[in-house]
Amino acid sequence: MQKLLFAVDALSTFVGKAASWAALALTLLISWEVFSRYALNDPHAWVLDVQIMLYGALFMLAGAYTLSKNGHVRGDVLYGFFSPRTQATVDLILYIIFFLPGVFALTWAGWIYARESLAINEQTFSATPLPLYPFKFVIPISGFLLLLQGIVEIVRCITCIRDGSWPPRGDDVEEVDVDKLREMVHVKASDLDALDAELSRKGGA
Amino acid sequence: MRIRKELWFGLTFMVIVIAIASYVLISAEKITDGHLGLLMLSVVVVAIMLGFPTAFTLMGMGMIFTWLAYHQDTTRTLDLMVQSAYKTMASDTLIAIPLFVFMGYLVERANLIEKLFRSLHLALARLPGSLAVATLVTCAVFATATGIVGAVVTLMGLLALPAMLKAGYSTRLAAGAITAGGCLGILIPPSVLLIVYGATAGVSVVQLYAGALFPGLMLAGLYVLYVIIVAKLKPSLAPPLPMAERAIALPAETAALPATPAEPVLPRLAAALKGRRNAAVPFGYLVRQAIIVVLPLLIFILAAVGTYRAVTIVPAEEVFDIQPIGGGYSSSSAGGLAEPAGSDSGSSSSTGGLAEPPGAEPAAGARSGAASSLAEPSASAAKANAATVVPAPTWWWIVFGTLGVLTAAYYAFLTFARLEVFKMLLTSFFPLMILILSVLGSIVYGLCTPTEAAAVGALGGILLAAAYRRLNYEVIRESCYLTAKTSAMVCWLFVGSAIFSAAFALLGGQALVEAWVLSMDLTQTQFLILSQVLIFLLGWPLEWTEIIVIFMPIFLPLLAHFQVDPLFFGLLVALNLQTAFLSPPVAMSAFYLKGVAPKHVTLNQIFLGMLPFMGIQILAIVLLYIFPEIGLWLPQRLYN
Repeated sequence: MQKLLFAVDALSTFVGKAASWAALALTLLISWEVFSRYALNDPHAWVLDVQIMLYGALFMLAGAYTLSKNGHVRGDVLYGFFSPRTQATVDLILYIIFFLPGVFALTWAGWIYARESLAINEQTFSATPLPLYPFKFVIPISGFLLLLQGIVEIVRCITCIRDGSWPPRGDDVEEVDVDKLREMVHVKASDLDALDAELSRKGGA
Repeated sequence: MRIRKELWFGLTFMVIVIAIASYVLISAEKITDGHLGLLMLSVVVVAIMLGFPTAFTLMGMGMIFTWLAYHQDTTRTLDLMVQSAYKTMASDTLIAIPLFVFMGYLVERANLIEKLFRSLHLALARLPGSLAVATLVTCAVFATATGIVGAVVTLMGLLALPAMLKAGYSTRLAAGAITAGGCLGILIPPSVLLIVYGATAGVSVVQLYAGALFPGLMLAGLYVLYVIIVAKLKPSLAPPLPMAERAIALPAETAALPATPAEPVLPRLAAALKGRRNAAVPFGYLVRQAIIVVLPLLIFILAAVGTYRAVTIVPAEEVFDIQPIGGGYSSSSAGGLAEPAGSDSGSSSSTGGLAEPPGAEPAAGARSGAASSLAEPSASAAKANAATVVPAPTWWWIVFGTLGVLTAAYYAFLTFARLEVFKMLLTSFFPLMILILSVLGSIVYGLCTPTEAAAVGALGGILLAAAYRRLNYEVIRESCYLTAKTSAMVCWLFVGSAIFSAAFALLGGQALVEAWVLSMDLTQTQFLILSQVLIFLLGWPLEWTEIIVIFMPIFLPLLAHFQVDPLFFGLLVALNLQTAFLSPPVAMSAFYLKGVAPKHVTLNQIFLGMLPFMGIQILAIVLLYIFPEIGLWLPQRLYN
């Protein structure tokens, strides 16, 4: 069971990480276009469409990845203070009421939408038209990945309700990784402890 | 015990929301679709507070209520959902978000903050409360460039908090300066909050950036002012640095000149360059020092000459336009000539021709008239140029006079110790400032779109990381992954909120809110105060992203009725949401700081330290409200 959970995690993570390179691609593409347009006086009509597609695919495909790392923004007034079991119960109920119907509908609607686009071989409205349907297929694909990931999260909730603690997640790079930041600015934990001792001695004296 | 209190806070808030909703529902004579919309709004607030990922709460609830609003028509519900998703995917405003976020992570990983803090702290050593001031300035610069509150507060908590505590600063002041400074990146452009607001409200991000610049700087300035005043009045809270801490070690080559830290640079360096007594020091090193020493003078001269030409030379074509009108034009010719001068200087300095002395134009007009009688309109460019020189306006003389005096003072007081500080600033402060100013400048002056500027800024971030030898595959890869997660978080929220707002509008909840607010018959001021208080209260349990994407669509249609500029409203909201980051008990920055602070620093001390800074934020909101020009002057000057 745990293996299956990690397999879905790995799939979401793989797709999300692959899509995340679009950030670098966007940076280089637009920087090059800026240079080409302003310095070489040679603008390209298709760049505008490609940059939108890169950005759209970037965040849509990263949705399941973000969910698998518990990275979607949540209200934190109560949640953080609940016991893991309460957290899992709240999550489980809301996954079933809100998440599953919402994401399933999005996937289904996206599938119809993209199929229609493919049927008419839709292209972008520009001097150098590009096929638009692959971009529209991003919606059902990301929806489907989210759905899979959501089911995995539901299993996690059930496990947590049973065991009383959250099952482990795969490691990933974090925005605020205290150890890494500490290393970056060359501050050791022992320095802080020494300072702590010194100051409390001063305060006590 | 604390955990219990926290739960009470959230639960009370939830009960209040449910009570208001049930009161409205019960007191209504007839339950309409609109009431269903209000019910949806209160349920969503409760569901968000329970802690389920907001994007999916909005999506699921939006779908269910859309389905109800469409009278169980599944096809139209599905259409609406996919349209909202596609709208977010194809948004040409939101596309700037991943790029700015990417730039932020790269700049963070370039690891300038340590150098930045040390150099600013040495440079500002003479000010009262210098460490706290240096902390605030470091935070402002670094937070502006990265925009990541958590990382800035954590890093400064590691660097500045121990330094301040060691120097005998009060824990509260130190904690307050770090948490308040770390949040400045939310407001000072280029910030993601303003893009999110712009995308929601349909306000140009360019104008928002131009508008938020001065309020952001004002807030940072007020923080610094507060710290200086506190340090001056109560030196026990922020004792001045002992001389030993201020001492700067000279590099071996400089010391071998021979030179001492307090010695003026110019005579010693000049003597050394002449070739005497410098056997121990390589000549190349001396030349490098000399170049660094003359750098400010060079920049001053370039800036002065460049802008002097820009303000004094009026493009020749515009003069030819005026000449045919001839003699009967004496009274209005001043205005005619002033305009090109003003618009021309606008590109070099925003103060433009406003302060131009009235006497300047008639003289210029007379001179160009005289020139026309001598030269044909098809005269050579040189002659045309000669004919259209106007004297430099007073503001130019004032600005560059001051700068000149400053440059002179810099050289008069330039000791070897100060030269070392300047060199440190050169490798930490100035690169970041150049990156920020070039990104911001190109957006605000309309040279390129925010998206393009963000992309070039991200490229600048890569180059910055490369310049500091921090660029490797690892850094790029991690920055990409973090960017993907942050963008997914923000943009999926937009997908959810688009469905949700559509459902809210379909149910007529919007119309109900409008009718209700209009029935209260508020004045513009009352409306603004009411809305800001409401947003402030919502800022406690909710994140800024949630407030903007869920509640702004409800406020925005009301703005036209009360004749509030959505741009101005956005600036107030941005300032207001800043306070949410500092308001106990849910302020994120306090928890980040607590995570890295020495053990004896308690969460309560941090919260108490944040309170004065929160007060300053409220003061800043009031100032912005009383003097809207603080925010609106620059966008009006540039775009109207």
